[in-house]
Amino acid sequence: MSIWEYANPKKFMQTSAWALPWFTGLAAITLVTGLVWGFFFTPEAANFGTTVKIIYIHVPSAMMAINIWVMMLVTSLIWLIRRHHVSALAAKAAAPVGLVMTLIALFTGAIWGQPMWGTWWEWDPRLTSFLILGLFYLGYIALWQAIDNPDTAADLTGVLCLVGSVFALLSRYAVNFWNQGLHQGASLSVDKQENVSDVYWYPLLFCIAGFILLFIVLVLVRTRTEVRSRRLKALEARERLA
Amino acid sequence: MIALLLRDLRLAVRAGGGFGLSLAFFLIVTVLVPFGVGPEGGTLARIAPGILWVGALLACLLSLDRIYALDFEDGSLDLLATAPIPMEAVVSVKALAHWLTTGLPLVLAAPVFGVLLHLPGPAYFWLVISLAVGTPALSVLGAFGAALTVGLKRGGLLLSLLVLPLYVPTLIFGAELIARGSAGGATATPLLMLAGITAATVALVPFAAAAAIRVNLR
Repeated sequence: MSIWEYANPKKFMQTSAWALPWFTGLAAITLVTGLVWGFFFTPEAANFGTTVKIIYIHVPSAMMAINIWVMMLVTSLIWLIRRHHVSALAAKAAAPVGLVMTLIALFTGAIWGQPMWGTWWEWDPRLTSFLILGLFYLGYIALWQAIDNPDTAADLTGVLCLVGSVFALLSRYAVNFWNQGLHQGASLSVDKQENVSDVYWYPLLFCIAGFILLFIVLVLVRTRTEVRSRRLKALEARERLA
Repeated sequence: MIALLLRDLRLAVRAGGGFGLSLAFFLIVTVLVPFGVGPEGGTLARIAPGILWVGALLACLLSLDRIYALDFEDGSLDLLATAPIPMEAVVSVKALAHWLTTGLPLVLAAPVFGVLLHLPGPAYFWLVISLAVGTPALSVLGAFGAALTVGLKRGGLLLSLLVLPLYVPTLIFGAELIARGSAGGATATPLLMLAGITAATVALVPFAAAAAIRVNLR
């Protein structure tokens, strides 16, 4: 039993069909718990007012936006090294989810920034690097759509993902150098001192878990769709030959 | 490899298009900006480093799809792939040829365009330095983007979407270097970062570009 068994599309389809309802249920429970708890049962922060509740959408989506790119990097590497098709399809499936997470983080940030900083947008390092990350997602998705041959597309987007990762990271630190920021420091870290207080911390943990599960569900569904559409194409090709 | 370099240079110069065109484009961008933001000297002087860098970026971008497109169409690229030099070398040489025909003229012409934008005196030196150090990275990254899109019918727009985000760090440090240099600030950090980015891209990106070309030729 090894993880590479799931590289077999058939095995992947079987397991994901079994796992999907469970993940969906878990995602729904944690998200509803976290959001309801966060929105209705936490006090308002002293200098934020009600707007602090945006944190329950903003922080998880921002985290996921970065983590999804990392996941795409890992699956692209698996595809480039071991040529497992499911891996490439998972990367393809994850990209639009990552783009949407980036947009959610940017928009909730704008809604939050307006009352707090008095501006919708500021060329702050974090904001700017997220915008650039969004551009990388756009380019990645566009490259997938532009190329007809699926294997060529998987190879080229994989290479783009590798190079893009380096440059996304580089941009992150370059913009630090370029402009000082308004954005506060990390809300979550291993260092207890830096954390937001426990009242906000626990519902936030639920929301983060919920977003991760939601992402898993979406990627499983989208990857299953990709596998099916690949099978359909194979069937059609066989029909044409027969 | 030298033969390939000379061939690419000769094609760029004689076959029309490429060589003078990006320079003319750079000129047009520089001329259009004052129409857009108004002719006040102070404003222009302040935004001049950024405008010149963005203009250089766009001028560079304009000629990227010519790096491989013609060779791909007439099959020379297949011959180069089977030639006894590695694909990485072909990519590097083509990027070098691209830099010699677009980057270098931009570097040399930039001070003249700086005059049009009222660039302050001490900035000229740093303008030339930052463009000279930064534009090789633009050419190499462009060669990578062009390698990704070489098989596509209409890759032009996609190419710009892929390549421009990669240019962000170069642009930041390049423009920052001029701004600091003209203000008399410490220039070592942006200069070293810019040089580091260029050195790293020149050393590593040809491998990615060659991999992309091999996939496209498969």
